[in-house]
Amino acid sequence: MIDLEQVRKVAHLARLELTPAEESQFTTQLSNILEYVQQLDTLDTANVEPTTRAIEVSNITRPDQLQPFPERESILAEAPEREDDFFKVPKILDDD
Amino acid sequence: MSAIRELHRQLTQKARSAVEITQAHLDSVQALEPTLHSFISVTADQALAQAQQIDEKIAAGDEIGPLAGIPVGIKDNLCTRGIRTTCASKFLEHFVPPYESTATQRLAEAGAICIGKTNLDEFAMGSSTENSAFQLTANPWDPARVPGGSSGGSAAAVASGECAIALGSDTGGSIRQPAAFCGVVGLKPTYGLVSRYGLVAFASSLDQIGPFGRTVEDAAILLQAVAGHDPKDSTSLKVEIPDYTQCFKPSLKGRRIGVIQETLGEGIDPAVETAVAAAVKQLQELGAEVKTISCPQFRYGVSAYYIIAPSEASANLARYDGVKYGLRSEQSSLLSMYAKTRAEGFGPEVKRRIMIGTYALSAGYYDAYYLKAQKVRTLIKQDFERAFGEVDVLVSPTAPTTAFKAGDVDDPLSLYLLDLMTIPVNLAGLPGMSLPCGFDASGLPIGLQLIGNVLREDLLFEVGHAYEQATDWHTRRPAIYAAQ
Repeated sequence: MIDLEQVRKVAHLARLELTPAEESQFTTQLSNILEYVQQLDTLDTANVEPTTRAIEVSNITRPDQLQPFPERESILAEAPEREDDFFKVPKILDDD
Repeated sequence: MSAIRELHRQLTQKARSAVEITQAHLDSVQALEPTLHSFISVTADQALAQAQQIDEKIAAGDEIGPLAGIPVGIKDNLCTRGIRTTCASKFLEHFVPPYESTATQRLAEAGAICIGKTNLDEFAMGSSTENSAFQLTANPWDPARVPGGSSGGSAAAVASGECAIALGSDTGGSIRQPAAFCGVVGLKPTYGLVSRYGLVAFASSLDQIGPFGRTVEDAAILLQAVAGHDPKDSTSLKVEIPDYTQCFKPSLKGRRIGVIQETLGEGIDPAVETAVAAAVKQLQELGAEVKTISCPQFRYGVSAYYIIAPSEASANLARYDGVKYGLRSEQSSLLSMYAKTRAEGFGPEVKRRIMIGTYALSAGYYDAYYLKAQKVRTLIKQDFERAFGEVDVLVSPTAPTTAFKAGDVDDPLSLYLLDLMTIPVNLAGLPGMSLPCGFDASGLPIGLQLIGNVLREDLLFEVGHAYEQATDWHTRRPAIYAAQ
């Protein structure tokens, strides 16, 4: 159902670094799960509308009003790394 | 007897103070935690300070509501301002939310005393609480067995008397199944009845917060306090909330109850089937008209769910990137920082679901998996709509077995299949409640699931309460129970 190559590709898309052991375990387990869910193919859904949410509510709007958060510092304090009022991340662009 | 009513009586008659009640529960927590491991964090200081405030109100002659001074456990995926909220994940091990979830805010306003944050499967993904990154929670009826999951800590804490009531969350059965395994009442409300604001998202179209109690009345009082519209959750329903404790009736005369045919028979533990059959007979004796109802698409629920829930989870969990909060693995490039951080922060089940979801949503597979599953979701909903044209409440076992031993079910698919009774209810957004209906030969509790139509929690309480009055299952306590 899903091979090692696809598992690696999906892991990359999900930004998950997997160990070789995890790659091979997930190849087996995901194949089993995907094989099981294939039972859905036995159902004819050609004329069935998809349900995206169980209870339909639509066009929920509210005034777009600015509401300052009083405890800015409590948000910044959670940052793994910060510099002053900024979240700090590793370099995104190469030097050249 | 309702634990809330009894404690409230003690408070108003000044038999015990809120501080004494809170301290007694904290003492039980201390005595039982080495066995149970229900709590990830115990918030003793805050709890006693809150209890002190309730006592001051009582001393001043103020009237107090039913939840004032009542010790409650909170599943550790509900954000509590200033109190560590981990989701039982290494990723959020040290995360202290800067804001409060609406549900816990409402409990605090009602005067309930949060005594701690309860254990769960990491990010609520699991059915045994074995996926917690920190600890294994024991089933109070047999510590070698799992409490169910993902809200296993809340269920075990209520069953053992560590707290009177607790909040959990239910995406595919995570309140009802642990309630069944631990012999307590647990309810998943209609989707949108309780605000999800501040509930750490797993699968947003399915997640709901709901109550645990040792009686139906306790669950009803707790739901009353947290239900209701919240502008901070755009899926929150704008509806009148009935007074749930006013819907109890001694007789079920005129009520039509349907037994879901597909949930009995093959694959169901005979002890569970016998107990559920006896419960159905009891409902009939209470005056209900009972018939068998077929929901032919019910059995496709697990397949649809294990595409939809991981898909939504893979999108929701993309936020854990090591930038604004939580764990970070120090790396020289941004991309390797993301991939390493997520590798170190997530446990195996969370990774597995992120992988399934990412695959199901990826180019070329979306129609075959995600869209197909959403169409099957419609078929399952239609089954329920037809059923509720004929009956008021549906019944089934909550789970096909009683609590299993830790480590006994280790194949992911086998574990997923144990959710077959509860999952369709989430897919259709309906309310579902589990309540005790017997014990197997090993003395392990069995749960009866009641399913209602949209926003018919009142009928679940009515039927559940009438059943409870006619039986004594809810009065049985595990040997380690801490009487309060």
